[in-house]
Amino acid sequence: MIRVLFLLLATCVYVAPAMAAERVISIGGSVTEIVYMLEQEERLVGRDTTSSFPPEAESLPDVGYKRALSPEGVLSLDPDLVLAEEGSGPHETIAVLENARVRFVTVPTGYGAEAIRAKIEVVSDALGVPDRGRQLADRIESELEAAVAAASTDRPARVLFILSMQGGRIMAGGRDTSADGIIRLAGAENAMTGFTGYKPLTDEAVIATAPDVILMMERAMAGDDAGGNHGIDNDALFNHPGLAATPAAERQAVVRIDGLLLLGFGPRTPEAVRALTSALADFDEAG
Amino acid sequence: MNETVISPGMTWPGSSGAGDRRRLAARTSLALILLMLLVSVVSLGIGAADASFWNSLVTLARGGELSALERVILFDIRLPRLAMGLLVGAALAVSGAVMQGLFRNPLADPGLVGVGAGAGLGAIIAIVLGASLPAAVSLAIGHYIVPVAAFLGGWVATLVLYQVSTSRGRTSVAMMLLAGIALGALAAALSGILVYMADDAQLRDLTFWGFGSLAGATWGKLMAAAPLILLAMAAAPFLARSLNALALGEAAAAHLGIPIQRMKMLAVVVVAMATGAAVAVSGGIGFIGIVVPHLLRISVGPDHRYLLLNSALLGASLLVLADTISRTIIAPAELPIGILTAVIGGPVFIWILLRNRGMLNL
Repeated sequence: MIRVLFLLLATCVYVAPAMAAERVISIGGSVTEIVYMLEQEERLVGRDTTSSFPPEAESLPDVGYKRALSPEGVLSLDPDLVLAEEGSGPHETIAVLENARVRFVTVPTGYGAEAIRAKIEVVSDALGVPDRGRQLADRIESELEAAVAAASTDRPARVLFILSMQGGRIMAGGRDTSADGIIRLAGAENAMTGFTGYKPLTDEAVIATAPDVILMMERAMAGDDAGGNHGIDNDALFNHPGLAATPAAERQAVVRIDGLLLLGFGPRTPEAVRALTSALADFDEAG
Repeated sequence: MNETVISPGMTWPGSSGAGDRRRLAARTSLALILLMLLVSVVSLGIGAADASFWNSLVTLARGGELSALERVILFDIRLPRLAMGLLVGAALAVSGAVMQGLFRNPLADPGLVGVGAGAGLGAIIAIVLGASLPAAVSLAIGHYIVPVAAFLGGWVATLVLYQVSTSRGRTSVAMMLLAGIALGALAAALSGILVYMADDAQLRDLTFWGFGSLAGATWGKLMAAAPLILLAMAAAPFLARSLNALALGEAAAAHLGIPIQRMKMLAVVVVAMATGAAVAVSGGIGFIGIVVPHLLRISVGPDHRYLLLNSALLGASLLVLADTISRTIIAPAELPIGILTAVIGGPVFIWILLRNRGMLNL
């Protein structure tokens, strides 16, 4: 009996570390959110600076900004899996990690519903919980469909996303940005489609965009902002010579939403769509 | 004029005799070599990972096998990084010392003549336009495209500088300085255009590149940069006597039989090679080139025969020390080293200026 117990115990001891051995580092805010949604947070041993949600994630060791990872810093947490949002790096760090036989999984990014599903599936497959992943992806997809359906309107508002305003220069979000993606999902129209990415606008270009509503981040995505101060108050905003002449200034229409929620394109995107939709509807009624 | 005129004692008021100074310089070199060894050992020994470096050494000494992790941390991360730190630090400090000698200006720096700006422009071009290169080209040079472009940028800047400032076989240092400032401004403007074209991910890469870092040190990069830096280091001592003579002024140096033209050419080539290669692999790391020669001039005097060697030693030690701090202070994350050298170098530089106001004639 004792021998059996001992054997059993030995097996457990032997097997348990092998199972729990997965030490995961999550790079990228939305990736970290997905790991938590999959209830695999126990396996996390580290995260990057952009992983600020859920708040518990912030108690994990921070390996730095996702595009400037230090190879030894990452290895010091002894990970066996690194889940990293596309664009993480630099290449040298990834090469060293692969040399050290650390599994490095790149999670694709994108600005639509299918991108969120792809993210969840890649993360859940890498963590070995594909079923959970499929359930989560299905749930998020249907939530998102509902949010998008509720958002559709005959009169889409023209929304200008302002990333930052430094020295009076407005940095706006053009096509192929997460800001553009979320504005579309919320049934609105991006007022700035003349370029791709985030670019500074001249005052005249701001007037020409004629936005109905200004969209901003409530708070910088930690470590992920372009160096601008996002905490601009309404006065400063609408006294801007370009903005003052827009319909948005007339109605004092500005929406502020947490950066990671708004632009993360993770499991909370349906929530972001609902938040943006209802904020836009408020101004619609008021106007 | 006789031989004693070019002895450094004449150009450095208040210093002691030549024999004393030689002994002081020798002692300083010895101390700096010890400092470099100490800093290197510490740098190999500590880091974010608790890889138990000493155990690794003992294991190796006994002919044992290292674990994969220990091997990676020692051979793929810390050793190339240490070697890169030593080389880049030496390159930046020696370039600074040579430039300051050449321009007879204690504030001269490779950044001043546009070499640094040219290298920076090359890097920015690679970061912003690299994505749109034909696949075959990207495949061929792969991730080395940024260092290669930075190096080419430094060289182009040097060539233009030379064309502009040399006329009828004579190079004017004043023209070189002015042309350098113009080149720097032009490079900054072109960089600005590219920054405007960059997407936000590239912008962040540019920002981090500008801070400088040794985090990307790999054997491959080291192999690319080391020959250039070592060649420049080997050539630098040949400049020592000419730079000493030049301290008296160009005409006086020419009377002493110094081949001024050849010497200027060599000095610029040394600086372009060392700075271009250093900037290429490590990005923008400031203040080493300006602070290190100053510290040494205060302690061992301005004789380039000692100054160049000691600059290499001290520059190497300081950069490795700064790198060790930058990668441990906020571990597991890492502070860009350029921020650290600027934070430490700025105040040190001001302190040097204040202490030596009289001596530097400022």
